[in-house]
Amino acid sequence: MTDQKLKLLARYPRERTRLLSLLHELQRANPNNYLTGEDLRLVADYLNLPLSEVHDAATFYSLFSLKPRGKHVIRLCKSPPCHLAGAWSLLAALERELGITVGETTPDGLFTLETTSCLGVCGVAPAMMIDEEVYGRLTPDRLREILASYRGEA
Amino acid sequence: MERLVKLRIDGQEVEVPEGTTVLEAAEAAGIEIPHLCHHPELSPVALCRLCLVEVDGRLLTSCNTPVRAGMEVRTATERVKRLRRLVLELILSDHPLDCLTCERNGSCELQRYAYEFGIEENRFVGPDHARRELPPREDNPFIRYEPGKCILCARCIRVCDEVQDRHVLDFAFRGFSTQVVTFLERPLTETDCELCGQCVAVCPTGALTEKERRFKGREWELERVETVCPFCGCGCRITLHLKGGRIVKVSGGYRGFRLCVKGRFGLTFVHREDRLKVPLIREGDGFREASWDEALGYVAERLLEIKEKYGPDAIAGLASAKCTNEENYLFQKLIRAAIGTNNVDHCARLCHAPTVAGLVAAFGSGAMTNSIDEILDADCILVTGSNTTEAHPIVAQEIRRAVRRGGTLIVVDPRRIELAELAHFHLRQRPGTDVAWINGFCHLILEEGLWDEEFVRERCENFEEFARAVERYTPEYVEEITGIPAALLREAARAFGRAQRGMIFYSMGLTQHTSGTDNVLAIANLALLTGNVGRRSTGVNPLRGQNNVQGACDLAALPNVLPGYQKLSDREVRGKFEAAWGVKLPEKPGLTVVEMFQAALAGEVRGMLIMGENPMVSDPDISHVAEALEKLEFLAVIDIFPNETTRFADVILPAASFAEKDGTFTSTERRVQRLRRALDPPGEARPDWEILCELSTRLGYPMSYRHPGEIMDEIASLTPIYGGISYRRLEGEGLQWPCPSPDHPGTPFLHKDRFPRGKGRFHAVEFREPAELPDAEYPLILTTGRVLWHFHSRTMTGRVEGLHELVPEAYVEINPADAGGLGIRDGERVRVSSRRGSIELVAKVTERVPQGTVFIPFHFGDQAANVLTNPALDPVSKIPEYKACAVRVEPIER
Ligand code: SF4
Ligand code: SF4
Ligand code: SF4
Ligand code: FES
Ligand code: FES
Repeated sequence: MTDQKLKLLARYPRERTRLLSLLHELQRANPNNYLTGEDLRLVADYLNLPLSEVHDAATFYSLFSLKPRGKHVIRLCKSPPCHLAGAWSLLAALERELGITVGETTPDGLFTLETTSCLGVCGVAPAMMIDEEVYGRLTPDRLREILASYRGEA
Repeated sequence: MERLVKLRIDGQEVEVPEGTTVLEAAEAAGIEIPHLCHHPELSPVALCRLCLVEVDGRLLTSCNTPVRAGMEVRTATERVKRLRRLVLELILSDHPLDCLTCERNGSCELQRYAYEFGIEENRFVGPDHARRELPPREDNPFIRYEPGKCILCARCIRVCDEVQDRHVLDFAFRGFSTQVVTFLERPLTETDCELCGQCVAVCPTGALTEKERRFKGREWELERVETVCPFCGCGCRITLHLKGGRIVKVSGGYRGFRLCVKGRFGLTFVHREDRLKVPLIREGDGFREASWDEALGYVAERLLEIKEKYGPDAIAGLASAKCTNEENYLFQKLIRAAIGTNNVDHCARLCHAPTVAGLVAAFGSGAMTNSIDEILDADCILVTGSNTTEAHPIVAQEIRRAVRRGGTLIVVDPRRIELAELAHFHLRQRPGTDVAWINGFCHLILEEGLWDEEFVRERCENFEEFARAVERYTPEYVEEITGIPAALLREAARAFGRAQRGMIFYSMGLTQHTSGTDNVLAIANLALLTGNVGRRSTGVNPLRGQNNVQGACDLAALPNVLPGYQKLSDREVRGKFEAAWGVKLPEKPGLTVVEMFQAALAGEVRGMLIMGENPMVSDPDISHVAEALEKLEFLAVIDIFPNETTRFADVILPAASFAEKDGTFTSTERRVQRLRRALDPPGEARPDWEILCELSTRLGYPMSYRHPGEIMDEIASLTPIYGGISYRRLEGEGLQWPCPSPDHPGTPFLHKDRFPRGKGRFHAVEFREPAELPDAEYPLILTTGRVLWHFHSRTMTGRVEGLHELVPEAYVEINPADAGGLGIRDGERVRVSSRRGSIELVAKVTERVPQGTVFIPFHFGDQAANVLTNPALDPVSKIPEYKACAVRVEPIER
C-alpha cells in the first residue's frame, strides 16, 4: 500500500508547489475518496514540509476530505445562477433520493453529498458534478436517472 | 557597509538602513503605527492589515513594505484612520467580547486598539461568525488555546517555526472556522512541541495563555520582579508575575520572550507543601523540629568536636551550583577560614572539572570563551557530547537558527540527539573514543592545509609536538578506533577546517570520561589549529549545566583554588586572602567530591556539611555514597526539599529558594546576573547566606553582612575577574567577566589579543581506552544524560505536576538490533546491571542509540542510573566516568 503511494508520489518533482497535486493523487487513489493521516505524512516527508503545513492545505480546500467518503462524491452547485435555476429544490430531491443530508455518506458507501461554488457551466444551470463528470440542466427526473446509472454500475 | 535610505514620514525626514520596513522606520522616528500581526523578532506576513499607511497616495501595509529613497509616507490621514477602523471592526466581528474574565484583560493588544479607536458597536456581526462557539483546547499540561479569541495573526505559528524550529502549529480549516492547530489536531504532547510557550509569549490576545494562571490574577494586579531562572546555565533573565505571594506566570527570557518549558512553566515548585520549613534534628529513626538557635548551635558543636578530635581535614563541605555566588563564596570561606580545611567542592567536579583543568592548561582560563548571541553568525558549528536541545534549550534554539541561516552543523555523538537530525554531518563514535576523532580532525586539517598558520605562529606554542602526535591519526586508523567511517570524518573535518567562524560546543558527553581532560585538550588543539579563538562567533564553548555552576567554580567552591581561580599554592595570593579574612589559611589542597566519599568510607572524613546538593542521585556508584554517608559521624544538610541525601542527615536546615532571596548567578556565558527576592521563604526557612553567617559565627569565626550586595563587594575586592562588579552595575543585562574594574564593560568573548597564560598551548594527547570495556558478561556500553523536561535530580522539576506527567519514570533506550537479540520488546520492563549494581526500568527500543550502546536519563532517584556508573576517575581532574561503563540488559521474567 505505502509502496504504491510512494510510487505515485515519485512521479512528481520534490517541489513545494506540487503539494496540491500530490494530495489529489493520493486522495484519488483511495477507494473512499479521502486522505489518511499516513497520506499527509508521506507527502510531508516527500516534500520535506512540516506536517502542520500539509494539514493546513488539506483542511483548507474543500475538495479534500480527511474523513472517508462514498465511492462517488456528488457536488451540487449552490452559486446564484444555479440557485435561481432551482438548485435548492434539487438539493431537497437529492437528499430525499439518497436518504442523507449534505456532508453525509449513504449507508451502502456509494455516495457522499456535498455542495460547491460555481462549476463554471452556468449556461446549463442548475448543475452538479459527480466525481469528475459534470451534469447540467438538471431536473428531479434526470437526477434519478443519473443516480440509477451509477447504482447500476455498482 | 549597509546603505542608508532617506525618506519622509508625516513630513519628518528619516534616515534608516536599506531593508528596513516602513513600520520600523516610523518606530525609529518615534511615530507609532498600530499593528497586530507584526512582531519585531518574526518575519513579516501582513495578515492583519491594521498597519496601513499611505505612500505617495497609495495604501500599503507598512510592516512588510521596505523603505525606498524619497518615499513620502503618511501614517495618519483620515483615509488611513477610517480604513484601520474598518479593519479592526472586521477583526472584532467574530471576536467574543469576553474581556470581563479574559486573562489578557489589560495587556491584550486587540483590546487596546479597540479602546483607542473607540469601537463600541460592530456593523459586521452575523450568524456565520461562529468563532466564539469553538471549544477551547487544553489537552496538554501548560497551554490553553481559545480559538474564539484567535485573530489569526500567525505570530504563534511563526515563532514556533522561525524561532523554535518546530513548526508544530499551523492554520487549519477555512473562513470563520479557521483555527491554529497541530497536525490532525493532536494534543501538543503528541507532536514535536517542546512546550516552550514561545507561542503564548507572542500571542497578542487571550487566545493562547498559560493554563496555570487562569483566574489567579489580572495583569494590573500582578507584581513584577526581575530575576534569573534557577534551572540551567543559559541563565535566562525572567520576570516573575506575582499576586498574594504566589507566582502567577513567568515572562521574559532570551531577547525578552524566549524561555524553555522549565523556566516558563516549571517554577511553581517553590510553592509546594513539602518544602522544608523548620530546622530538623535527628531523633532515633526520625526527625524532630527544633529552633534555629538549637539547630545551629548543635551543628557548630558537633563540627567543632570533630575538628578538635580528628583535625580540620576530617570535615568536608559540598557547596552548590544552585546557590548564589555570594553563598558559594561564604561557604568556601566558612570551610577554609572557620574550619581550616580546603575540603570543599561541588558537583562541577562531576561535570566540568576537566574543562577547567584542560582549558586552563591550553588557554589559561576555564570558561566558555564566547557568548550565546554570537552563535547566529557562526558559519560552522561543532557540537559534541552535548544534548543541547534538552540541556541548554536557548543555545539549541540559536544553533538551529544559525543552521537555518546557512551555517553548517556537525554533531559528534553516539546518540541520534535532536540536533543530529538537522546536522549536515552526524558522526557516531563509540563512547569513550573522543581523543581519536578529534586528533583525526586535526590530522586532516593539517594534511589538507586548512589550518591557520599565522594564528598558530603568532599566538600558540608547542605546535611541533602536537603535530607529531596527530600524525598517526589517519581517517582509517580513527575509523578502526571510533567506528566513524573514514570518508565521513574526512568531509566533516574539511567543513570545519574551511569555516571562517567555527564555534565548538561541548558538554558532559566529552568531560565525563577517564580521559575527560585529554578530550578537552584535544578540542582546544582543534580550535587553536583553525584559529577559532579570540574572535566573535568562534571559540571553545563548554556548556555548563546548572544555573550557577560557573559561579560556584568562579568563587572557589573547589578544593585547589581561591576565588577567581587564584592559586592556593601562590603565597602572595594566600597572603591577600589571609589579610582580608584575618586567619591563616590551610595550604594543602582539599579533597574532591568523589574522594570525600572515599575518605568517609575509610574513616578519614567524619563530618560533612552539604548545601543544596543531592549526591545520592548525582554521584557515581550510589551504593558507595550511601555507605559513606551512613558512616559519617555527623552530617548537616541545607536544602529546600527533603531528598535522598537529607535522609542521612543529623540536622536538616531549611533554606530559601531562588525566589526568596537576593544574590547573583553566573551563567554559562560568564554573565553575572542579579537574583531578586520576590517572595517570603515558607515557614522559618532562611536564605543560605544568612544560615552560613550564623553558623560561621557559632563556629567562632564571626561573619555578618547586611545584604548580599556587601558580600559581592568583598568578592570584588579579592577577585580580579569580578573586580568591577557591584550590585549597582548589575541592573539590566548583567556583566560578563572578566570585568576587572568599575569602568570595564565586561567581556563577551575571551582571548582577543592574548591568552591569560600568554600563548595558547597545544598539547599532544593520545587515545586511551575507557576504564571499563564491554565484555562477554557485560556486553553493552551505558551512557547517561538528561531529558528536556527534567532537571538534575528532579528535586525541583519532579514537583511540578505538568513536568512530572511528561516523563514520570526512567527508561533505558536500546537499539532494535540489541533488543531483538535479547528478546526485549518496546515498553517492557527490563533489568540493567553493571559490576556495581542493577536497576529495573522500562525499555524504549529506538534507533536513537547505536547498536552496542544503551542510554538512561540520570534524573530519577528510584531508578538511579548512577547505581550502575563507574567511579573510575580521570587522573587529572578526578571526574568520574559517567558516560561509558559496561552493562548487561535482560528481560524480567514474565
Ligand atoms: S510551545 Fe513552543 S514548540 Fe510548542 S507549539 Fe508553542 S512555540 Fe511551538
Ligand atoms: S493564537 Fe494568538 S498568536 Fe496565534 S494566530 Fe491566534 S491570535 Fe495570533
Ligand atoms: S532552564 Fe535554562 S533555557 Fe530554560 S528558561 Fe531556565 S535558563 Fe532558560
Ligand atoms: S452557478 Fe452553478 S455552475 Fe455557475
Ligand atoms: S501588522 Fe502589518 S499587516 Fe499586520
